Amino acid sequence: MSSTNRTVVVTGIGATTPLGGDSASTWEGLLAGRSGVSPLEGERFADLPVRIAASAAVDPGEVLPRPVARKLDRSAQFALIAAREAWADAGFTAAAGEDQAIDPDRLGTVIASGIGGVTTLLDQYDVLKEKGARRVSPHTVPMLMPNSPSANVGLEVNAQAGVHTPVSACASGAEAIGYAVEMIRTGRADVVVAGGTEAAIHPLPVAAFANMMAMSKNNDEPQKASRPYDTARDGFVLGEGAGVVILESAEHAAKRGARVYCEALGQGLSADSHHIAQPEPTGRGIAAALQNLLDSTDLKASEVVHLNAHATSTPQGDIAEIKALRKILGEDLDHVAVSATKSMTGHLLGGAGGIETVATVLALYCRTAPPTINVDELDETVDADIVRDEPRALPEGTIAAINNSFGFGGHNVVLAFRTV
Amino acid sequence: MAATQEEIVAGLAEIVNEIAGIPTEDVQLDKSFTDDLDVDSLSMVEVVVAAEERFDVKIPDDDVKNLKTVGDATKYILDHQG
Repeated sequence: MSSTNRTVVVTGIGATTPLGGDSASTWEGLLAGRSGVSPLEGERFADLPVRIAASAAVDPGEVLPRPVARKLDRSAQFALIAAREAWADAGFTAAAGEDQAIDPDRLGTVIASGIGGVTTLLDQYDVLKEKGARRVSPHTVPMLMPNSPSANVGLEVNAQAGVHTPVSACASGAEAIGYAVEMIRTGRADVVVAGGTEAAIHPLPVAAFANMMAMSKNNDEPQKASRPYDTARDGFVLGEGAGVVILESAEHAAKRGARVYCEALGQGLSADSHHIAQPEPTGRGIAAALQNLLDSTDLKASEVVHLNAHATSTPQGDIAEIKALRKILGEDLDHVAVSATKSMTGHLLGGAGGIETVATVLALYCRTAPPTINVDELDETVDADIVRDEPRALPEGTIAAINNSFGFGGHNVVLAFRTV
Repeated sequence: MAATQEEIVAGLAEIVNEIAGIPTEDVQLDKSFTDDLDVDSLSMVEVVVAAEERFDVKIPDDDVKNLKTVGDATKYILDHQG
């Protein structure tokens, strides 16, 4: 059972995003080039410099029974919804053990968020101030702890091989998926539920990000605000939701006759060691992560035909990423269809790696790269083939795709997937 | 005016329904919060705080551990309500 170099495949996907309440509606929205960004209504947002966000298309309170939802932070609600979809999509019919196709001892979860249960923390602080200590919910700690989404999904599916939560700001979701691949590759688990989630649309995080000069202030045109690679880009738009995949050893998937979306080749990691929040302008750290990916997997640059870019729509970050890609892929970047799906979903922070992995997996499986919207005037320093406005067909044969995620703190995580 | 036993059971049933999603008709005097009504130790704190507010009674933490059944809680409230 134990090995150090097992092949890992994706056998299930799930999502709840600003474009739809599941992965199918999200994918449909991506292919249609639909923006999920809208104005933030309500008095509590009225005085903020940023009054737009990409809120979830389907409120989790409409999906989960009230007694379940009230004990979960919104980030864990999203994670549970996406994980349930992915679990069923992978063909599992009940929790591990009850469904005998999976042994609880061989099942793990790795689900991450960038900032955990921040709305629970802030809402309960309001309760403390307004109603007193006695009224603070006894569920506050299990709701706000950053490992809560992973732990609650672990309880749902009866995961006993390990329940983990790597935290690296906006790279958290991707780091979770990379960690999960390693859990399977090294023999710790046969199946891992992995992904990212975030729910931080609240006046405090919005004000804080806005004061970092990190967010778009295009309040008058919400649907045009997230515009990676466009000359008028002025920062990211905050999004919320979750994306989850089921990763599985190829032999375990074959044994139970599971449908395989693609192979999960692995990850490349690095750290900028440059600044706590600014991207390193030459893309040095990103390049190191990409080189690490090529060195540590059997991915060939010639196979890569699609990239789901980190591209958050910030002036510096979008360019640093492209520089790094050109440096490492060289002329092979010319045959890579680059998609910046944050132009439609906004930036889900720790959830981004989750939903963008779902999008990358579907792009390979459907052989279609989703578009990047709002590139009205392409920044001339963007030396790459950006898929603009309409989806694009990807080639036949064995093809691979990369999903990039980077986080405040200088964390760089690049993931690679390949058709089977 | 102090609540009657029937009013207290009905009130606890509404609280347990809100917190644990258990149908109100299942909340009977002989039912255990933990074993029968899906109220774990954390949710029990919520039940107690909601009951304190509804029935104008203080239930110190040390007394909560003795409230195993709906009957225990009902009797406590009957004996201590303001």
